[in-house]
Amino acid sequence: MGTVIHGETGDWELVIGLEVHAQVTSQSKLFSGAATSFGAEPNVQVSLVDAAMPGMLPVLNAYCVEQAVRTGLGLKAKINLTSVFARKNYFYADLPQGYQISQYEHPIVGEGVVILDMKDGSTTTVGIERLHLEQDAGKSLHDQHPTKSFIDLNRSGVALMEIVSKPDMRSPEEAAAYVNKLRSILRYLGTCDGNMAEGSMRCDANVSVRRPGEGLRTRAEIKNVNSIRFLQQAIEYEARRQVDIYEDGGTVVQETRLFDSTKGETRSMRSKEHAHDYRYFPDPDLLPLVLDADAVERIKAGLPELPDEKKERFMREYGLTSYDAGVLVAEQANAAFFEAVAKGKDPKLACNWVMGDFAAAQNRLGRDVADPVVSAENLRGLIDLIADNTLSGRLAKEVFELMVETGKAPSLIVEEKGLRQVTDSGAIEAAIDAVLAANPDKVAEYRGGKDKLFGFFVGQVMKATAGKANPALVNDVLKGKLG
Amino acid sequence: MSALNHLTMAQALDGLAAKTFTAVELAEAHLAAIGAASGLNAFTTVTAELALERAAASDARRAKGQAGALEGIPIAMKDLFCTEGVRTTASSRILETFVPQYESTVSAKLRDAGTVMLGKTSLDEFAMGSSNMTSAFGPVISPWKRRADPAARLVPGGSSGGSAAAVAARLAMGATGTDTGGSIRQPAAFCGIVGIKPTYGRCSRWGIVAFASSLDQAGSMARTVEDAAIMLTAMAGHDPKDSTSAPLPVPDFKAALTGDVRGLKIGIPREYRPAGLSDEIARLWDDGIAMLKDAGATPVEIGLPHTKYALATYYIVAPAECSSNLARYDGVRYGLRVDGKTLDEMYAKSRAAGFGAEVRRRILIGTYVLSAGYYDAYYAKGQKVRTLIAEDFRKAFETVDVILTPTAPSAAFAIGETDDDPVTMWLNDVFTVPTSLAGLPGLSLPTGLSSEGLPLGLQLIGRPFDEETVFKVAGVMEKAAGFKAMPPGLGA
Repeated sequence: MGTVIHGETGDWELVIGLEVHAQVTSQSKLFSGAATSFGAEPNVQVSLVDAAMPGMLPVLNAYCVEQAVRTGLGLKAKINLTSVFARKNYFYADLPQGYQISQYEHPIVGEGVVILDMKDGSTTTVGIERLHLEQDAGKSLHDQHPTKSFIDLNRSGVALMEIVSKPDMRSPEEAAAYVNKLRSILRYLGTCDGNMAEGSMRCDANVSVRRPGEGLRTRAEIKNVNSIRFLQQAIEYEARRQVDIYEDGGTVVQETRLFDSTKGETRSMRSKEHAHDYRYFPDPDLLPLVLDADAVERIKAGLPELPDEKKERFMREYGLTSYDAGVLVAEQANAAFFEAVAKGKDPKLACNWVMGDFAAAQNRLGRDVADPVVSAENLRGLIDLIADNTLSGRLAKEVFELMVETGKAPSLIVEEKGLRQVTDSGAIEAAIDAVLAANPDKVAEYRGGKDKLFGFFVGQVMKATAGKANPALVNDVLKGKLG
Repeated sequence: MSALNHLTMAQALDGLAAKTFTAVELAEAHLAAIGAASGLNAFTTVTAELALERAAASDARRAKGQAGALEGIPIAMKDLFCTEGVRTTASSRILETFVPQYESTVSAKLRDAGTVMLGKTSLDEFAMGSSNMTSAFGPVISPWKRRADPAARLVPGGSSGGSAAAVAARLAMGATGTDTGGSIRQPAAFCGIVGIKPTYGRCSRWGIVAFASSLDQAGSMARTVEDAAIMLTAMAGHDPKDSTSAPLPVPDFKAALTGDVRGLKIGIPREYRPAGLSDEIARLWDDGIAMLKDAGATPVEIGLPHTKYALATYYIVAPAECSSNLARYDGVRYGLRVDGKTLDEMYAKSRAAGFGAEVRRRILIGTYVLSAGYYDAYYAKGQKVRTLIAEDFRKAFETVDVILTPTAPSAAFAIGETDDDPVTMWLNDVFTVPTSLAGLPGLSLPTGLSSEGLPLGLQLIGRPFDEETVFKVAGVMEKAAGFKAMPPGLGA
């Protein structure tokens, strides 16, 4: 559902397109053998090529190309068997060559699609315009010295995929869902780690507003949005700003704006008349990139099951709702954990536990699914104990917490702590009789019409049985006795 | 026996093998000649100590039976090839103090073949020029003199003018050059030596300071066709570090010198005989045709109809690439820096102080032809014309085996005679530029003298990667022409 801004002069609709820069997961850079790992000391991962020493030449990293093709296939996009690297010329201190090697007229990947899973269970399709490969620039550090800027070239030459969407999103929520979904697909494919905090996934938003049904109006490009929350804030702010301009009779100028996360606003980035003319032209140091159709087919054959297909299968095989399936498949490891737990068990129960208590405990303890608070095997054991009525829901939660604490198998905990639920109707009947006998006044009130007291009796019985009584049995017997 | 520095490489290799002299003695003879000819200003850097060290190591290798193909041969290196630990300037202020930590592929191959580098030779700044007058370190003077006007200081041609002058003046047995639009062939013609620009992709560009990437190509300059062939064999070969280098085996070019050109068809392009062509050059060309006819080859008139667009195309494509290639000289990481109050001011000051007028001119032209609104009219159109020029040659080579043309429209001119008009200067490349645009091999060899006693050269153009036919024909012409002239004062 699109966001509608109700202005003073009528309704406005949002139009959002996103450009995502995703760092290609690879050992070495796009055109040099230097390493790419995050967090190294400044300027230690710099080859002669990355520093643009005289006479140095780029040599294309075939693995990065494969990763781009893999990503294109994952986005159900057209793979262009011939693409061309071009130079984008501009001067900046952290751009050693004085140009960025990118792809311009002939990108490696053409049109594709991303399907968004919205919170209400609905889906929306966002078109992909293109994906191209390009080099990252270095980093300028302006806060190390009062009058000088320092340059770190570790990032210079690292491979990026620029993934450009069509202007198909209509709300900040859709933009957020798009980034989440794209991130999920890239992580499934192993082509980008999707880490926004470390900058391996960065996002620019093109935002405009229009009257419903109208053609596109002038857009602003918002840069420096380094989290999904900020992306939503930036879009909201920018849309409102543009509506205010139009409603005051002004015009929106096409410009680049910077999101200031502390103030929660966007502001114009180019103070000076610094209109860039990038003078793109094909890089004469590199031949056109020609892919072999068979090689593309081989990459396609090796693709993992992607989130959309997995979600569909989870709904089909396990009978999960669209929402539950969507949440479970967002991270491949979570989906795998769920499947390990659910195999041969009641899938709904497995889903509830994985998404409920298990996920909560993971979050609380800051754990990764690779390092789960309880093993899939133990969670399966717990589900068995629930299914065969050894544990009530309440006891199961208690056992689960002990599993988290001790790492022990649930059956062992049940034995040690005697947490087995009481299903012996004689024992339960005795406990109920004792409770009723101890509370003759409450019994009289209940019989006089105060139905709410039923819960009180259940509570007393559970207390008397140390929570071990089967709640369904307690209900049945209690109803009969109070009748 | 003539002086050691007058030997050809082939003679010197024999002498070294026969232990008639040592590599150290060869190096010393050349270093002495360099010292005596310092007035030519052929070198930006003379590496005397390193040369003697390498010569001694060469003698040691030879003594152990580990002699390379060019073991002990003293050569000069155009100062555009990056040389590890040896200053590499491109004859520009902006790189005046730059010392690379790496060795270019071509210079490394020559080093590994046993050559002894004597020093780095001067060039037009960043290889942009046809006279060697744009060097930041002063012009190179040709060892040749006009008979009637010996006081005139002649240019050696450019951009590989230092290399050409050094080889002609017997300061080195051979030298490396690079050729973007004629920078090996034109100075070879001006200095009376042999120079070959091989097919684009034959030699690696890795480690050569770039001017125009799609045109730049390294080649050899020597006093005989055989020497040029031996040297190019050592320089050429596929290099995975240069994506545009050809993954092809390198033939033994010397073996192509069979002396037999019978049955070969020699293309004579009518477009290379424009109305204003000097009689002297026309006669030189006709003499060359006659030599090949006598040797049993058949001249065939051909048309290369797009030739007239070549120079204009070249002066779009080459500056465009140069404007981008030279963006890295920004004062940030190496080379000259002139501080400014802002980053932009630092760029502007560093580049204004670091680049000479011709380099600035080409950067501006290149920036212009690539800019928004002009790209299609200039760069895109230039690339299309370039394709048509290459197509002209492709068609011609369906009927001929090699093409013969003059190398340059005139003999060497004197400093100050043309430099007030850049376009006149650019016309020097009119016969060499089409070959460069088509990426074809082109060789210049001296076949006669002008009325002023200055050397004149003819150019042989071959099919892609068919340097062998070019060498074969050149060998026959060299013998027929019997060019024995030497710069004054060098007579044996």
